[in-house]
Parts: sequence; C-alpha cells; structure tokens
Amino acid sequence: MSDDRLVIAGEEFGSRLIMGTGGAPSLQVLAEALTASGTELTTVAMRRVDPAARGSVLDVLRDCGVRVLPNTAGCFTAGEAVLTARLAREALGTPWVKLEVIADERTLLPDPVELLDAAERLVADGFVVLPYTNDDPVLARRLEQAGCAAVMPLGSPIGSGLGIRNPHNIELIVESAGVPVVLDAGIGTASDAALAMELGCDAVLLATAVTRAQRPATMATAMRHAVESGRLARLAGRIPRRHLAQASSPGRALPVGRASARPGSGPL
Amino acid sequence: MEIVVIGAGIIGLATAWRTAARGAAVTLVDPDPCGGATAVAAGMLAPVGELAYGEEELLRLGLESRGRYPDFVAELEEQTGLNAGYHGAGLVQVAYDADDFAQLTELRTFQESLGIPVVALTGREARELEPMLAPGVRGGLFAADDGSVDPRLLAPALLAAAEKLGARVVRRRAAEVIVTGGRAAGVRLDDGTELSADRVLLAAGAWSGDVGGLPPGTLPPVRPVKGQVLRLRARGPFLTRTVRGLVRGSHVYLVPRADGEIVVGATQEELGFDDRVTAGGLWELLRDARDLVPGVTELEFAEVRAGLRPGSPDNAPVMGAAEGVPGLVLATGHFRNGVLLAPVSADVLTAALLDGTVPDVGVPFLPSRF
Repeated sequence: MSDDRLVIAGEEFGSRLIMGTGGAPSLQVLAEALTASGTELTTVAMRRVDPAARGSVLDVLRDCGVRVLPNTAGCFTAGEAVLTARLAREALGTPWVKLEVIADERTLLPDPVELLDAAERLVADGFVVLPYTNDDPVLARRLEQAGCAAVMPLGSPIGSGLGIRNPHNIELIVESAGVPVVLDAGIGTASDAALAMELGCDAVLLATAVTRAQRPATMATAMRHAVESGRLARLAGRIPRRHLAQASSPGRALPVGRASARPGSGPL
Repeated sequence: MEIVVIGAGIIGLATAWRTAARGAAVTLVDPDPCGGATAVAAGMLAPVGELAYGEEELLRLGLESRGRYPDFVAELEEQTGLNAGYHGAGLVQVAYDADDFAQLTELRTFQESLGIPVVALTGREARELEPMLAPGVRGGLFAADDGSVDPRLLAPALLAAAEKLGARVVRRRAAEVIVTGGRAAGVRLDDGTELSADRVLLAAGAWSGDVGGLPPGTLPPVRPVKGQVLRLRARGPFLTRTVRGLVRGSHVYLVPRADGEIVVGATQEELGFDDRVTAGGLWELLRDARDLVPGVTELEFAEVRAGLRPGSPDNAPVMGAAEGVPGLVLATGHFRNGVLLAPVSADVLTAALLDGTVPDVGVPFLPSRF
C-alpha cells in the first residue's frame, strides 16, 4: 500500500491523517500524540501563535518533522480570514492555508457566504486553499469550482465528538468531488475516522478527539490505524448488504467423506 | 555560602528567604523585584481544580505545597509583621451549561480515582455557598482545602523577610552567568558589574531561557505563555471564596480579596514575549465572568495587565542542579502554578543549593528529564 499516497495540490503524503493542535494539555503531550499519529501535515491556528517565538507549537511540529498547515481559526469575516492567511504566508513562507470562517461561537459552523468569498479571493491571490466547510454537497462543489485544492466537510461541529451526522451527504460530496475530500471536525473516536475513510474520504483531520482523550498518544495510535483500516476497506470494496443471511462456506455441496479423506486439499 | 538568585519573583524570593534563614549570604538580582508574572498572578491555591490527565505528579507536588502553605504564611507573617493575604476558605468550581457539567463530572471521576476528596454540588448548593452565581449554573464541585493568596502581599513579605536575614537586592538585569573552569562562579550584570557566588539560582521565570554565558543545552526549555488578568473592585460583600467556572468549554476564575478586589483571569496565549492587553482578551474574560456571576458588570474597573508565565514542555516546573554546570541550580517552568508551588519549591531548591540533595517530592521535576 506504500504507493497509495494522498496527493493535495501536487504534494504527496504517506499519511492520510491530518492533525490539529488545539486542546493539547502540554507541548510534550502534543509531541507524543503527533508522533504516534504518524501524521505528516498538522494545522495550527495562526491567531494563537507567534511564528517568531522560540519553544512554541511550531517548534514542536518542526521537531516532529511535520509540515505546518496554517489555519484561520477565529475569523468571522472573509476580510479577517484573507488577512490572517496573508500574515501566515509571510511568516511561514507557505501558500497553503486551511480556510476557516466561522459563523458564530456557539456552533462554530462555517459561514458559507463568507467562506466562498474568502476562498475566491485567496485562490486569486495564489494560495493553496483547503476550506473547512459544511457537509453541503452544493457548497463543496462551489468551493471546488472556485479553485480550492481540497474540500473539508465537517462530520459534526468542531470539538463535539458527535461523529459523522450525515454520512449520505459526505458520500455525495465524495462522488462528485474532483479534488481530495478531507473529513474535518466532529470525530469522537476511532470508528468515526474509519467510517469517514470507508465513505470515500481521502483523509481525516482531527484534533480534540486525540488532544482531550485521557491518553492522547494512545488515541493517536488508534486514529492512525482507523484511518488506514478505513482506507483499506474502501479500496477492498465492501460486500453488498443483504436482507437475509448467506452461509459463508458452501459446506452442503461437499461430500463429507471426501473432505475428511483428503485433509488439507480444500474443497475442489 | 554565597548565593546569587537571578529573578526576584515568587520562586526566587521564597528560596532567598529559606536559604538566608539557613545562613547563606543571598543576593537577589532583578530589575523589578516582586514584578513579572508574580505581580499579575491571581494566586489561586488550587491543585485540585487545575488537575489534568497525565499530570498526576504535578498534582502531588501541588497538594504537598498547598499543605505547607498555612505554616509558610504564619512563619512569614510572624517574622515580618506583614499580612501575606492568605485566604483558605475553599474553592467552588461550577459548570455553566450541560456540556460543561459533563466535563466537570469527568474531572470529578478522575479526582476520585486519585483519592482526592471533592464534594459534588448541585446548582442550588453552589449558589447557597456563593449567592452571586448565575441562577442557571448546572452544578459544581467544592474543594474545601483549596484557597488563594495575594501575590502582591506575599512577594513583598518574602522580600522583607529575606532582607531581615541579610539578603540584598540588586536592581539590575542579569546578562550572563559567569562560568569559570566549567563551574558557575557568579553573575555578570547588564552594566558589566560582576557578582561572585558559590551557587547561582536561575529563577527568571519566562526569561530563564535568555540568560547568556552558558554552554548550549544548559538553559531550561521554557517559553512565555501570556495571561491577561483583570482586577475589579467591589464596594460590599460579593464573593466569599474563589470561584472557578467552565463556561461553554472555557475556563474563567474570580478570586476575591479581603479589601474588595476581585481578580478575574486568565487568558492563555502563545505569543512570545508579548504582554499587550487586547480587546479580545478582555472581552472573553468579561463575557465568561458575567455569564457565571452576572453582578460583575456592576463592579468598579481597577486594572488589567498581562503577565508571562514560564511554560515547560510538560507544564511542570524545572527544579534542581543544571546538567553539566556545577554550581548552577535551575528554578523555572512553574507555568500556571508558581504561587501555589512556592513553599515546596523553596524547600526543594534550598536542599539543592545548600545540601546538594534532592528531596523525594522534587525527583520528578529535575532538569535532567529534558
């Protein structure tokens, strides 16, 4: 499976798990979790970090060999988000940005109008835009048409751990998307991450499920395996669902005596 | 024994007092004694409320230090005749909404698993203890042994006590540690003056990583973590004990002082050496404080300041002999808990400076773990 790589805007990643840093109790716990997750790309809120400061979360990512994906968390308008993205590009020297434009603090849901506006402006300005969006197939399509390098629909609200509330919409987004689909937000435990991959997502982005777990590094390991398992299951092709049972071994068709007379030869 | 202490914050001061009491000749070097994070801190003594997964060792240190506080303060007040602002009336921790209550219940389960006695409160019971709490609070916990101390009274009292025992203060910045023959032999000040010493204690808080003169890898891995803290003033009875709240997932606390001051804090921001007060920081504090205790908007505004906490990679202090530089002892990384941890830190550091030993309670916090 080593050739099954995630490709976003021409860049390849061996891991399909993208991490966030929010909620980590300490930098050491964060470092352990990132290492355990096997992630190669991790998003950092640019409004909550000074890129020039020593010993910050950016140093932790550097030490872990993880690429930084700056995000615009905390922005409520397209204007703020564009400004924050530009500051991030200047400070970190990367045109990549995870675009977040939040509608309100209660739900932290994306504001679709501001989001699309910001995406269009950032794409025009040469950014590689990865928008955090609602699980709305139409909005996802519009973001792709606007030139985003991926679309990142939510499973449920940020930090809620409610899992994927509308798997059908995620499938619809995956079916029509021509860019990678990253399930972003709402993951609560490993089965949620596996489900996202089984639904056909190209990657999963999560933070709280790991950083606020009782044992973050252990949960990060679980998420790594879950994303790999879900991806493999998707590629393997699941069996169709049936209403009634179907015996898995065709025992009735084989004469019992013959099978026991030639042990190990298998049903012929 | 001559000791130079770099940094006259709460940790440097407490250690200066304890070592001077054992006969050491102590010099404190700080451009602004009793300033820095010490002057901004609210002074909560709340090891139980601060508990986080994976930080059980830190909890034990906090409990140990809290247990030493009453005697520490009594001794200090007796020696100086000053009030150290100790307030041991317990702490109420409340949850604002159902999600916050679920999170607080998880914390209680964790506390109980560690054998810590906490009392669960219904919203009604929490409001019987503190009637100014919002009617809608869902419930909470009462930590009877937690409390608070006023660092703006405690720090000057520690300084006075140390000076009474012969300690002196040099109001300058320490530029570098003088290392002679591989040993720490003193401190060079920013005006070039040299102070010789048998031992050097580096207790410069968030600035501990900036002192020059040391071989690479000696300095502790601390970074500044900004906290904005607001001070209000009540004219009559308002709160009788410290209130901590979880409001839509954010933490806020209100610490009442005997003179009517109410300390509201604190943000936690990773912005390097930036100590500016921001509109957003203030707004978040007031928003959460008002949701929890609606009456705060009627209080008089007194002050707002930002302090820089010394954060280590595991949030725990870095205390003990520095690796590779005999004579140098580190005392930093106390993060959100400097005031709480002052009594136990002073004892651990006094043993390191004067006896070259590590008390059991200090073993998990040695610099060698990084």
